[in-house]
Amino acid sequence: MARSVTTQRKIINTAAAWSIGFLIFFPILWTILTSFKTEATAIADPPVFLAFDWTLENYEVVLERSNYARFLWNSIFIAGGSTLLGLIVAIPAAWSMAFVPSRRTKDILLWMLSTKMLPAVGVLYPIYLMFIKLGLLDNRIGLTIVIMLINLPIIVWMLYTYFREIPGEILEAARMDGATLKSEILYVLTPMAVPGIASTLLLNFILAWNEAFWTLNLTAAKAAPLTAFIASYSSPEGLFYAKLSAASTMAIAPILILGWFSQKQLVRGLTFGAVK
Amino acid sequence: MNLTMPLRFTSIAAILAANAAFAETTITIATVNNGDMIRMQGLTEDFTAKNPDIKLEWVTLEENVLRQRVTQDIAAKGGQFDVMTIGTYEVPIWGAQDWLVSLNDLPAEWDKDDILPAIRGGLTVDGELYAAPFYGESSMVMYRKDLMADAGMEMPEAPTWDEIAKAAEAMTDKEKGIYGICLRGKAGWGENMAFLSAMANSYGARWFDEDWKPQFDTEEWAATLNTYMDLMNNYGPPGASTNGFNENLSLFQQGKCGMWIDATVAASFVTNPTDSTVAEHVGFALAPDNGLGKRGNWLWAWSLAIPAGSDATDEAKKFVAWATSKEYTALVAENEGWANVPPGTRTSLYENEEYKKVPFAEMTLNSINSADPTNPTVDPVPYTGVQFVAIPEFAGIATQVGQEFSAALAGQQSVEDALAKAQSLTAEEMEAAGY
Repeated sequence: MARSVTTQRKIINTAAAWSIGFLIFFPILWTILTSFKTEATAIADPPVFLAFDWTLENYEVVLERSNYARFLWNSIFIAGGSTLLGLIVAIPAAWSMAFVPSRRTKDILLWMLSTKMLPAVGVLYPIYLMFIKLGLLDNRIGLTIVIMLINLPIIVWMLYTYFREIPGEILEAARMDGATLKSEILYVLTPMAVPGIASTLLLNFILAWNEAFWTLNLTAAKAAPLTAFIASYSSPEGLFYAKLSAASTMAIAPILILGWFSQKQLVRGLTFGAVK
Repeated sequence: MNLTMPLRFTSIAAILAANAAFAETTITIATVNNGDMIRMQGLTEDFTAKNPDIKLEWVTLEENVLRQRVTQDIAAKGGQFDVMTIGTYEVPIWGAQDWLVSLNDLPAEWDKDDILPAIRGGLTVDGELYAAPFYGESSMVMYRKDLMADAGMEMPEAPTWDEIAKAAEAMTDKEKGIYGICLRGKAGWGENMAFLSAMANSYGARWFDEDWKPQFDTEEWAATLNTYMDLMNNYGPPGASTNGFNENLSLFQQGKCGMWIDATVAASFVTNPTDSTVAEHVGFALAPDNGLGKRGNWLWAWSLAIPAGSDATDEAKKFVAWATSKEYTALVAENEGWANVPPGTRTSLYENEEYKKVPFAEMTLNSINSADPTNPTVDPVPYTGVQFVAIPEFAGIATQVGQEFSAALAGQQSVEDALAKAQSLTAEEMEAAGY
């Protein structure tokens, strides 16, 4: 009897999980479906779910009109570069805060987080003027640095949380065995924190990939990533929803595939230390 | 191989000369995503073939993002763009600030005098033309001829607001999902306030009197807003307070609106049988009036301008002259047909026999000609602009006023409250701005 209750509960839980998952995924699914419709079918009322004449016309138009490869390369460069740069800065910072805390460590952590509370538009003009002076407008390297700085508090916080879970005695033992600071971080700490570092890397890559405020404001033709590619298909005077959906699908496809293949690492990293 | 000294010099000089001859200048063009602009991007081979030393880079953005982006760039002298797509609101303000390059010296064959006077007036400051119009638009009534016939009515070519209300009532059949009239309700200076400011002109209302005092406490504004609310509450679609151009276009194309008063550019969409289920039933009329000599239609021109910070002014001028020329119009007609040429900018287009055959051509021209940006309403005003006031503060103020009016349409407050709030917030902002 007890077993049947458990099975029933399992079924309910599974059904609930799938329903919630479907609900969350539905907007993305709808975007993908719309990308294969004609503009007329895209706005049909009542909406058509699957029974429509599937067409690749929107993708053809988008590929003809835009240099997708350039936008894609810019996205990979900016998201990848800012994430790696962020990790290089954040790993030593998180190490020192986790293993050699000072009286001010908690204040510094809170201060870092508080920078995320400032609306981005509040610093747009100063950063824009600095970029003009430094010749960094519409430049991939400039944008990589800005996005790294924007996401740095999150990277430091995440790594700090993971590092805190690692017993300090292990590092002490390494030191007693004569490990230098560099070898301690590289050969002892990093391998133990791989799941945490991997999930931090993935999450930040996704955040950087999706960042739309700075990428739209600091780029023009050369350094614009896929967020600008999507924005170029939005129009308040004209119903181009199918083409916009095709552009959106092409922009999210790489990150969706990456997320799909790395979901185990993502979940493991995000729940690391949650249950003891 | 041994070359003699003179020969070496000659070879190097020849290589340098060849490089100089093919030195490429890149011009970056910021533009909006609409049918005419996208069509132009597809036809630029004609320009680059004639100007092999000029390379074009496009930055296409949604209208509101583009406006914010180019404003920021021009104010900070970022120099990101060599050609900007801006409207009749920005040109007088930016021109007066010397942020734009004068286009008075465009070649004679570009034929400045051929530009429609109403459009040219909106793009000129102190005798200097600061932008070349790419396409112009006004607003007009688009209506369902079949529904009017079913109701035993006929739409006058120049209707009054009373006639519009009667037609809306006659065509409304809520059980069948048909609403007599669809109008903009979404808040924004370029959304509901574009429509309402133009409508207010036909009621003799003004944004400001000659001393820059806000006028929302007048009978004219009360009459405007009450008529709008009555029309929308009785004959409009549900949820109209969030409807903008695209939402109404979608409703009209699906046969759910008896009438739609909006941009003339919509005519080509609603008469296109590929996308519109009512394409063959659409008729056009001038925007309504109230017998006061002014109609409720606006005037807008998406135009190409060159920011003062551009380092490729000459090349940018060549491009602007090409994109807004009579030859470009002919190129579009040859490739895509006369119905697809950018409308509303040149007198010669409306004298063209082929273009006269396009069903909405005459109504578009009449609508544009009936708008006067320098004298928009019945009484004198200290500003230019039909559906806007060409001062930098307007966009912010009108967006807030638009939110109050949209809230009234959503039933969250009364017309009186919305007007009172509009009056006080406008007075406050104008005082803070030093008027």
